[in-house]
Amino acid sequence: VNVAFYEKLCMWAAGVLIVAFLTTIAVGVAGSALQPPSHVETIDPTKVWNDPRFVRPGVTVDAHGATVIAVGMMFAFMPAEIRVPAGRHVTFRLTSADVIHGFQIVGTNGNTMVVPGYISQFTTVFREPGEYLIVCNEYCGLGHHVMSAKLIVEEVRP
Amino acid sequence: MNRTDRLSLAHLWVAIGAFGVAAAMAFMQALSRASLDLPWRSAKLYYISVTAHGVLMALVFTTFFIMAFGYVVVTRALERAPAAPGLAWAGFWTALAGTLAAVVAILAGKATVLYTFYPPLQAHPAFYIGLTLVIVGSWCWAAVMLLSYRAWRREHEGAPAPLAMHGMLATVIVWLIATVGVAAEVLLQLIPWSLGWTKTVDPVLARMLFWYFGHPLVYFWLLPAYVIWYTVLPRVAGGKLFSDPLARLVFVLFILLSTPVGFHHQFMDPGVSAGWKLLHTFLTFGILFPSFVTAFTVTASMEVAGRMQGATGLLDWLGKLPWREPLFSSVALSMILFAFGGVGGAINASFGMNAVVHNTAWIQGHFHLTVGSAVALTFMGASYWLLPRLSGRELELGLLARVQPYLWFVGMMLFSFSNHITGLMGMPRRVYDAGYDGSAVAATWRGLTGVSAVGGLFLFASAAFFMMVMIGTALAGKKKEPDPILWAEPLYPVVERRTILDRYGLWTAIAILLVIVAYAYPLWAHLRMARFGSPGFSPF
Repeated sequence: VNVAFYEKLCMWAAGVLIVAFLTTIAVGVAGSALQPPSHVETIDPTKVWNDPRFVRPGVTVDAHGATVIAVGMMFAFMPAEIRVPAGRHVTFRLTSADVIHGFQIVGTNGNTMVVPGYISQFTTVFREPGEYLIVCNEYCGLGHHVMSAKLIVEEVRP
Repeated sequence: MNRTDRLSLAHLWVAIGAFGVAAAMAFMQALSRASLDLPWRSAKLYYISVTAHGVLMALVFTTFFIMAFGYVVVTRALERAPAAPGLAWAGFWTALAGTLAAVVAILAGKATVLYTFYPPLQAHPAFYIGLTLVIVGSWCWAAVMLLSYRAWRREHEGAPAPLAMHGMLATVIVWLIATVGVAAEVLLQLIPWSLGWTKTVDPVLARMLFWYFGHPLVYFWLLPAYVIWYTVLPRVAGGKLFSDPLARLVFVLFILLSTPVGFHHQFMDPGVSAGWKLLHTFLTFGILFPSFVTAFTVTASMEVAGRMQGATGLLDWLGKLPWREPLFSSVALSMILFAFGGVGGAINASFGMNAVVHNTAWIQGHFHLTVGSAVALTFMGASYWLLPRLSGRELELGLLARVQPYLWFVGMMLFSFSNHITGLMGMPRRVYDAGYDGSAVAATWRGLTGVSAVGGLFLFASAAFFMMVMIGTALAGKKKEPDPILWAEPLYPVVERRTILDRYGLWTAIAILLVIVAYAYPLWAHLRMARFGSPGFSPF
């Protein structure tokens, strides 16, 4: 097969570009543990409110950081206001009591699907104290656009 | 008009009708997002219209256009009537009946589940059964395409299929592999559940099956557009195809890599572990390759055309191209928009980076450049070229046809770029109102949602021009002997014998092997895990 010179050049350039893209991803994974939220844990979606893991939604803070337990439902998050310390590791554990929701902390890379029957979990650090908007970013019914909550990142006093 | 052109025309008109309805819905959505207080504005209507727009554009307009174009390729490239015309018509009526059932369910407000219909959102059974019939109809088409090729091959010992048919065969193979996933989801999970025969479904399993189908679906849309870029555009531009064998290679690569990549739509999902998402990421970047090659080959073919018209300088060939010819300008502009879409796609596929854009307005900005421009604008341009040749009527309102692709381009630049930016600023997609109760950060999106609405206005005007030209041509176009449908010739003569690139059975087998590598273990492990199903909800 006769392949023209410029064509070969273009194919090599495409190959190099793709390898470069994949290298950046590999560096992100290996170097910064940059991974999408991929926790695998199941829960009975009809018994979320009685499940010991979700019976008390809210924030627990300890020496290492904070754990947030939250539930998404049509059309609110429980709790509606989440307070976490700045500069510490914050682990979110979320599930849904009804349909699929999204949990997106606007202005950060905190973003996960919230799926009934499953527990989503991710850990992040908020460097900037302040108030953040949390929105549902997966269509969940006629009240989808009002489904939101507040994240308040507080300065930790030494 | 001969009988087989009636088949193509019937499909083409359903596609055009679906496009017209869906375009009107889109305009209303763009205005709604900009928080313009229209008298009929309501959340219920907005979400119904998002559902109808998605189903009619992404599933009905595309599928019917592709079926129409497939029959054109059989009659004009293989130069024979489609095999089993009865089956072809049965497929048409089945898909049309399914479309109507789904659309009635949507417009009645019983299926406001968007075109992705993720359970446990539960629609009326007519919605799922309707979509199943659309797919069954498309399977009839796929069978007719394969039977037609087999009959042709028997008469052309050892000869490779014409390039247009090669591309359509790749489309058929991708489609047949892909639809297994959605058929399993709808037949085994959703229909029994919506009829009340089963109580619960597993939403993550449903999403795995849906996206097994959902990503190759985009190549089902894109490959026929590529067929037009490779085999129609160079001729319309007055030139030749730069390379026939590389085009064949591109289609083969799509057969291989279209399907084993679906987890890149589930990066943010719980219940799917990170390792499998990473494997799908690597395969996803593999698919960039054939599109890079396409960008080169098609642009090179345009340069060949410009030089055949006498261009000699570095860039003056651009000026020699027929920018007033609607098929040419549609494809050229759709390629520019698709270049941005491709870059955005690489960002979406970048594993952890996806968290920044997932389910934000960035995503709708992205796929309106890909399916909404590379595919839809190409199909509109091709309709200007096809309709007169199939119906034997001259194109009416030619001025509108000439302006329309440019309007689409401007509208899409405004719409898509503003949505990419608001997405990066955190605005979620598919919300009726992005005000969030006076939230300060939500207020920063407002100027750009206005830009997006202006883009919507341009797009709606463009869509209206397209509809006027189509309907005007059908009703008032002057009757004449239709121009022939001719395919681009390659710059270098084609190899006369079939090569390894024409071994469709072999490539299908390797594609299935790759699917098994990418999906067998995660699916098996998922099914073995202790899982809890969800009952259905219909909050609309």
